[in-house]
Amino acid sequence: MPKRDDLKKILLIGSGPIVIGQACEFDYSGAQACKALREEGYEVVLVNSNPATIMTDPEMADITYIEPLTTGIIELIIERERPDALLPTMGGQTALNLTVELAEAGILERYGVELIGAKLHAIKKAEDRELFKDAMARIGLDVPRSSAVKRIKEGLDVVGYVGFPAILRPAFTLGGTGGAVAYNLEEYRELLENALKLSPVSQVLVEESVLGWKEYELEVMRDGNDNVVIICSIENFDPMGIHTGDSITVAPAQTLSDKEYQRMRDASIAVIREIGVDTGGSNIQFALNPEDGKMVIIEMNPRVSRSSALASKATGFPIAKIAAKLAVGLNLNEIPNDITRETPASFEPAIDYVVTKIPRFAFEKFPEADPTLTTQMKSVGEVMSIGRTFKESLQKALRSLEADSYGLEEKIAEPDVIKEKLKTPNSERIWYIAQAFREGLRVEEVHEITRIDPWFLNNIREIVELENEIRCSQPATPAPPLLYKAKSWGFSDRRIAGLTGLKEADIRGTRKKLGMRANG
Amino acid sequence: MKKALLVLSDGMVFEGKSFGADGETKGEVVFNTSMTGYQEILTDPSYKGQIVTMTYTQMGNYGVNEEDDESAGGPKVEGFVAKECLDYPSNRRSISSLNGYLEKHGVVAIQGIDTRALTRHIRNFGARMGIISTEDLIPESLYEKVRRHPGIGGVDLVRLVTTDKEYKWTERIWRWEYDSSPGKVPVLKKVVVYDFGVKFNILRNLADAGFDITVVPAETPAEAVLEMNPDGIVLSNGPGDPEAVVYGIENVKKLLGRRPVFGICLGHQILGLALGGKTYKLKFGHHGGNHPVMDLLTEKVGITSQNHNYCVDIGSLGTQVRLTHKNLYDGTEEGMEHVELPVFSVQHHPEAGPGPNDSMHLFKRFREMIESNR
Repeated sequence: MPKRDDLKKILLIGSGPIVIGQACEFDYSGAQACKALREEGYEVVLVNSNPATIMTDPEMADITYIEPLTTGIIELIIERERPDALLPTMGGQTALNLTVELAEAGILERYGVELIGAKLHAIKKAEDRELFKDAMARIGLDVPRSSAVKRIKEGLDVVGYVGFPAILRPAFTLGGTGGAVAYNLEEYRELLENALKLSPVSQVLVEESVLGWKEYELEVMRDGNDNVVIICSIENFDPMGIHTGDSITVAPAQTLSDKEYQRMRDASIAVIREIGVDTGGSNIQFALNPEDGKMVIIEMNPRVSRSSALASKATGFPIAKIAAKLAVGLNLNEIPNDITRETPASFEPAIDYVVTKIPRFAFEKFPEADPTLTTQMKSVGEVMSIGRTFKESLQKALRSLEADSYGLEEKIAEPDVIKEKLKTPNSERIWYIAQAFREGLRVEEVHEITRIDPWFLNNIREIVELENEIRCSQPATPAPPLLYKAKSWGFSDRRIAGLTGLKEADIRGTRKKLGMRANG
Repeated sequence: MKKALLVLSDGMVFEGKSFGADGETKGEVVFNTSMTGYQEILTDPSYKGQIVTMTYTQMGNYGVNEEDDESAGGPKVEGFVAKECLDYPSNRRSISSLNGYLEKHGVVAIQGIDTRALTRHIRNFGARMGIISTEDLIPESLYEKVRRHPGIGGVDLVRLVTTDKEYKWTERIWRWEYDSSPGKVPVLKKVVVYDFGVKFNILRNLADAGFDITVVPAETPAEAVLEMNPDGIVLSNGPGDPEAVVYGIENVKKLLGRRPVFGICLGHQILGLALGGKTYKLKFGHHGGNHPVMDLLTEKVGITSQNHNYCVDIGSLGTQVRLTHKNLYDGTEEGMEHVELPVFSVQHHPEAGPGPNDSMHLFKRFREMIESNR
């Protein structure tokens, strides 16, 4: 399809202030969208409440409003600018929620503003738990089983279907008070009774637990001709139970065979079609039980997300830019691939490296915050690194954190403390995992405590084992083959220096003399 | 880990570590860009005569299992090249490590080399013969050995991978074991599959499309196949140069117009030759799972699994066929259908294994073609 010529002016909503959980990734997507739409000859009206963004730079949009993101203000802007369309998928959850309000208040209809990218019904289907559950059932995909319970007897029926462990969430309690996990019927009866008492409306949501399952994400794009491509698969290092934004994540997925990956790919395609995102990118999250292979859909974001920013950088496929072009009617095969310039955007990036993302925390700035990682996001940023192997990629990411870490440094602590640091997810867990191996814990034990996939743990174990080899070479520089191996595994000169008792400059000097430098 | 060398016929030398079996092996070095599916790739008979380099770096992560083989009797590749083979598989279906599997089946493999440099070299200068050795570690000596090898062009590799005797097939495509049963498909149509090096996933997909399947050796005469009175004939994928499969081309000539025919990969090339067309060799072939292919009728783009070094010059067939599919990477011809006869074929792999399932509907299309033909 050629691009639409019935649209002239397009309204874009930014994501507002930078907060924990929604940071500069949406400035990136908004700025990309401005550029892409103007490149295609459309007039772009941008509204954002945050002037400290790139997208609000004067040359980005044709007309920029720095105003509060409320329906009242947006209505005034629409009245004045009379845009033909609104692209709601570039400004994170803020823009999406605002769009729903505008549509439901009849404002878009009143001024004849068309929603492009994702229509109201698609946004609602993806965001409303019940509608989403029904939609997944229609295409034969599982979501975590759940049911609201008002009485003990009813609860006993429900748990037969939900299974153990079961999560109990009393309705309308502050901060999730009374929430609990029941592992057997006896526990369940007791906890349910308590939870029902705690809920002011005597209602408890009983839900299948996916804690400790493996977590995956797929970044999916669809065009107006119903062509769908998967841009990137992501496997979380941290299992379910930690917000994706706070998890170490790795691309591409590492421990899925092709059959299992294709099953997830097929499911993603079915999801984006069923939810009905017309054009653009979506992020679909899966939980996978490593014991029996059961796969459930956790959620779907019908918009550009934090993960799409990561996937764009990880693969070189500019998701926000392409999504904007798809929204105005172009198809994937009509848009050139930015990297090759010769081939079209209708392909799936094949990478020959491993990408690792590590979240950056700043608990020192929030002394009263609980540093335990949960399903609520607490990180303030993230780093991403590219390495030829997971080991290299991981160690490069650690160095990029600017957290005074140059690798998997020692964490001197009592065995009990180490085990506790493994058990309760926290921002330093990755270093404690390495320490656990130094203290002689086996991969099986660390897996038992953390539920982190043994493949990741074995890689860290091997890094720790190589440390020992490097240490044995002290007080001399490691022999060239060992030094080469260490470098290709992502060891920094500084870390090698620390292990051998030499200075960073010594290691660098030796390398220079040997002509040993990064080359893939 | 023992040292190993990979030497190309143009003198390029890579030093790495051995994995899999000890020994020495020669083959045409090609690269595959799939990020998953090494087990399927290793056991794909189309790789007979070739040493496969994976561009993705982390091999062995999910081990090797009992269900994902694409042929009987283990790997068909001549050798395997990886950046890193990790010996601690993590997947519930795994029954062996990749290293152990290659060792058991005597496949010589090398890791720890700069596979990106190797891939770039092949892309710039074309696929070429190579030798991997763990026994002879003198580059000059290996260079002499590989230079003396005549290459695999013009060689009939099909004979080395086709079945000895005819067999029946009923296994369906892989599904998660707790998924609700896909249900029985009424088996009404009989198909004979010419095994030029068939991948099991072609057979599994035919079973899912409701076929009664008989697989026959590559040299089975057309008359014998017609005597079996099938409703349709599938020409399978397979290794090497299509022009070398003379008996295949001759048999297909006799079958055209007698029964509906569906050709896949080498089968597509053999069909092209049987129709009087030409084939040509690509510089470094298509090997991977991310190639966009457009169905020219619907303008829909599917992401496809690819594994071929040769292409049919569909223009050389004149007006007797229509071009149906086109590769959006390099514009190469990916599929054709006969304008009069119930005959169609594709260059890519609709059966996936490994790769996306976007083109699986072609098996149903074959069935529908048969049904509308009667």
